[in-house]
Amino acid sequence: MSTVREQTDDGAMLHPEQRAEGDPDAIIRDGRRLDHAEGTSKPLRAHPEPQPRGAKVHGNRPVDQQEAAARFIAAPEHEKMHDERLWDLRQKRDREMHGIPEWEELRSLASAIKEHTLTHLDEYLDQFEANASANGIHVHWARDAAEHNQIVHAILRDNGVKSLIKSKSMLTEECGFRHYMASVGIEVIETDLGERIQQLDNEDPSHVVVPAVHKLRTDVAAVFSRTIGTDPNNSDVHYLAEAQREATRPLILNADAGMTGGNFMVAETGTFVVCTNEGNADLSANVPKLHIASIGIEKIIPRLEHLAVFVRLLSRSALGSPITQYTSHFRGPRAGGEMHVVLVDNGRSERLGLAEFWTSLKCIRCGACMNTCPVYRRSGGLSYGATYSGPIGLIIDPTFNARKYSNLPYASSLNGSCSNVCPVKINIHEQIYAWRRVLVEQHEVPLAKRAAMKAAGVLLSRPAAYRAAIAAADTALAHLPRFVIYNGLNAWGKHREVPHPPKETFHSWDHANRGAKR
Amino acid sequence: MRIGLFIPCYIDAFFPEVGIATLELLERLGHEVVYPRDQTCCGQPMANSGFNADAAGTEALFVRNFSGFDYVVAPSGSCVHHVRDNLDAIEQTDQVKEVRSRTYELVEFLHDIEKVDAFPWAKFPHRVGLHNSCGTLRRLKHALPSELNEPFFSKPIDLLSKVEGIEFVKPARPDECCGFGGTFSVFEEVVSTKMGYDKVSDHAQAGAEYIVSADSSCLMHQQGCAERIGVPMKFIHIAQILNGASA
Amino acid sequence: MSSRDDILAAIRANLPRVDRPLPHVPLFDDDPPTSLLSAFKDSLHRMGGVFLDPPASGDLLAPLRAKIADAKIVCSTVPEIAGNRDIAGVGVVRDLADVDFAIVRASFAVAETGSVLLSDADLRVNAVAYLAQHLIVLLDPADIVVNLHHAYRRPEFRDRHYACFHTGPSATADIEGVLIHGAQGVRSLSVLPVVRAGDPNH
Repeated sequence: MSTVREQTDDGAMLHPEQRAEGDPDAIIRDGRRLDHAEGTSKPLRAHPEPQPRGAKVHGNRPVDQQEAAARFIAAPEHEKMHDERLWDLRQKRDREMHGIPEWEELRSLASAIKEHTLTHLDEYLDQFEANASANGIHVHWARDAAEHNQIVHAILRDNGVKSLIKSKSMLTEECGFRHYMASVGIEVIETDLGERIQQLDNEDPSHVVVPAVHKLRTDVAAVFSRTIGTDPNNSDVHYLAEAQREATRPLILNADAGMTGGNFMVAETGTFVVCTNEGNADLSANVPKLHIASIGIEKIIPRLEHLAVFVRLLSRSALGSPITQYTSHFRGPRAGGEMHVVLVDNGRSERLGLAEFWTSLKCIRCGACMNTCPVYRRSGGLSYGATYSGPIGLIIDPTFNARKYSNLPYASSLNGSCSNVCPVKINIHEQIYAWRRVLVEQHEVPLAKRAAMKAAGVLLSRPAAYRAAIAAADTALAHLPRFVIYNGLNAWGKHREVPHPPKETFHSWDHANRGAKR
Repeated sequence: MRIGLFIPCYIDAFFPEVGIATLELLERLGHEVVYPRDQTCCGQPMANSGFNADAAGTEALFVRNFSGFDYVVAPSGSCVHHVRDNLDAIEQTDQVKEVRSRTYELVEFLHDIEKVDAFPWAKFPHRVGLHNSCGTLRRLKHALPSELNEPFFSKPIDLLSKVEGIEFVKPARPDECCGFGGTFSVFEEVVSTKMGYDKVSDHAQAGAEYIVSADSSCLMHQQGCAERIGVPMKFIHIAQILNGASA
Repeated sequence: MSSRDDILAAIRANLPRVDRPLPHVPLFDDDPPTSLLSAFKDSLHRMGGVFLDPPASGDLLAPLRAKIADAKIVCSTVPEIAGNRDIAGVGVVRDLADVDFAIVRASFAVAETGSVLLSDADLRVNAVAYLAQHLIVLLDPADIVVNLHHAYRRPEFRDRHYACFHTGPSATADIEGVLIHGAQGVRSLSVLPVVRAGDPNH
């Protein structure tokens, strides 16, 4: 390593560029950036708020999202930062949207292109395979997560690979790829900063675009001091990011293979496209000789002209930037290199057959639905205990395991903001509603809830019994919340006041004041 | 016109003044308003929780109660959304379809059907924050949601602007869900109440004296949240303001 | 059956039986900016890139020379300026690890987003654009297209094996949303407008 580096006065590594002019947040003294200004601008705390951990997952048992969400809310610094950070992304998205007069037309086009492609998925995959193969890409097909991991393992074994650098991919999370590779003794190094933080903390990503968004800088400082040897008392974000860069660069240079996901595949050219901001996917793809890309079969679009629609929408929806810093198009291996694409099904072809839910396959994993979701912002992504969290997770996770994720479709107020920000116009909130019906029909909802709803249905369909039950407002107070309470606890009043009972119901007022007419 | 008045269970039990205001307002506009006395609910609590079959009896009762009117009007966006968009636990006979298509939420009835251009009896010299419930905003399309790049419109603001003295404040997150969400409010009560705290705080910081809404259920939840965290805020249904409530 | 056949058979069995025609995608170019160059500059600036204004007269490369004046290792893939690390002599990619500045020419640029397209033909060794600490891109102002719809009609996407839109430098906001340049790739990206010479490579 001979990268330019300087020792600063306090001994921390700091690259000259980190003292850059033009950074509005930088504090400059004598022409030099004042180091760690952000760290010192915050009040010193002896004990930073500990990071709330995610849902407790017990095998196949239904994940208790509410329990984990309550713990996240009980950590106010985390919850506040998380909510404000993601709301900021939502606002930046809105700003970008207002700069594009044809925004709603682009969303309709994106939706129509995806629906067309999904209804001709076999043809376009076939076309992609033929074109990619003709360009020298090795194309593989994996029915499920296990087969995906085996295929990649075989490629790595054939090439004598000991270490693999990779960029962020939700598909590899879905496949439990890192755990598998650990079991066969191949070192996997995540190169996206957020994903690297999560890997070093042995925690799943909490968001599809910003994997460590639930962590405070103090949490990251704790992880990095433990794993890459940073100063445990230094939580300056520039320092932490720079330390990670310096620690990861040698691993990148020495890796035997690189792996990426893929945001899009273009059938007509056999191209796959990777969108990142850090340049880490391009390092992963272009430094080692061997590049493997794992891509879900639903990521395909027919032609290059369609790509324009999606690239214009993706980062604007995700982060509120016009495009990701890097949008990389891979059409074939570089000279002397080797390129593989693994096309992964893992439940997608089955989902295609679900009449109410197949359009969830339009998803381009921008995370806009998570950023706008008021429940997600206050719960943290790890509370969902699943690969996909937030609104899109509520409608995808049950397709993987209806029992385990049976509570998730209830983690929504059905407010519908998710569907409105979705760049491919998935009717997310309607699918959440539909999943509740399906889960009830499949008997995946607790008996107590079932009994309460049955009782409510009986009472509400019998006017006389209903009137007797709520004859007066104070008895209504006792009865009405019970319609929606399944466990006998008064959940209404735990964290909010119950309504003030009026002196009479509307029903009795009407009887007294308009009774003669009725 | 002969109007069937639908007063959802929460309003009946806890906010009779909202029902009274709705009734009086429709009568002021010269309509014959009938309150079918056997009404209970539209079936939404069961259906929203996925128990659609358990909603069938309630939905059938709703249709029996409200057949034969020119319009059915309710001061509750979420209930009207259920009736119009999701009341499908029972066979969709012509009678059922007829009732569903004639059911209107009060604001849209006044704005789209009645096209009311003045409320000369109404004065409300207060700073109000408007809360569009998610059902009215994104399902019944009372107003343009902030997520969409389309021309701005707002039916409740159109109506309220005709009330003398009213002043609107703009919260930072104008159409963030307040966290009521029907059964969500108890199934996920911690998240629900946190959303409620944030909602009422946002309106308070914007300087609102009142939060006004077309949905009493959201207001009931927000009031409970405001009282718990000590945010001084008053709550009022849009029907009350339009009917001339002074405070 | 092979996995391929299995998957395709499962897809065929489950294809939604609905008619969804492929829509026509307009070019959305009815209202182009008056100057593509200044639109590009604005977009580039927003994304954290630096536009090097050329001097009105004299040495057009002066801003570039000033940038690299103190650099130890400069790797240039353009004929306009020579570096001290010959890209043609790079045996293994790792040899680029110590490059301070890489200088390349963009195939073209996009005004809408402030992106420059760097392809394998422009970079010679793809990794140079990521391993270098800083990247300087020469751009012919005639090579700017208005938006991404026009961009994807360009031939580079059909005849290059690798082509990447760079829009500003490497960036991350993964820790509390604090923007950092140089997360993994280049710490800065500068664009200098230089008319394309009669370069036989292009």
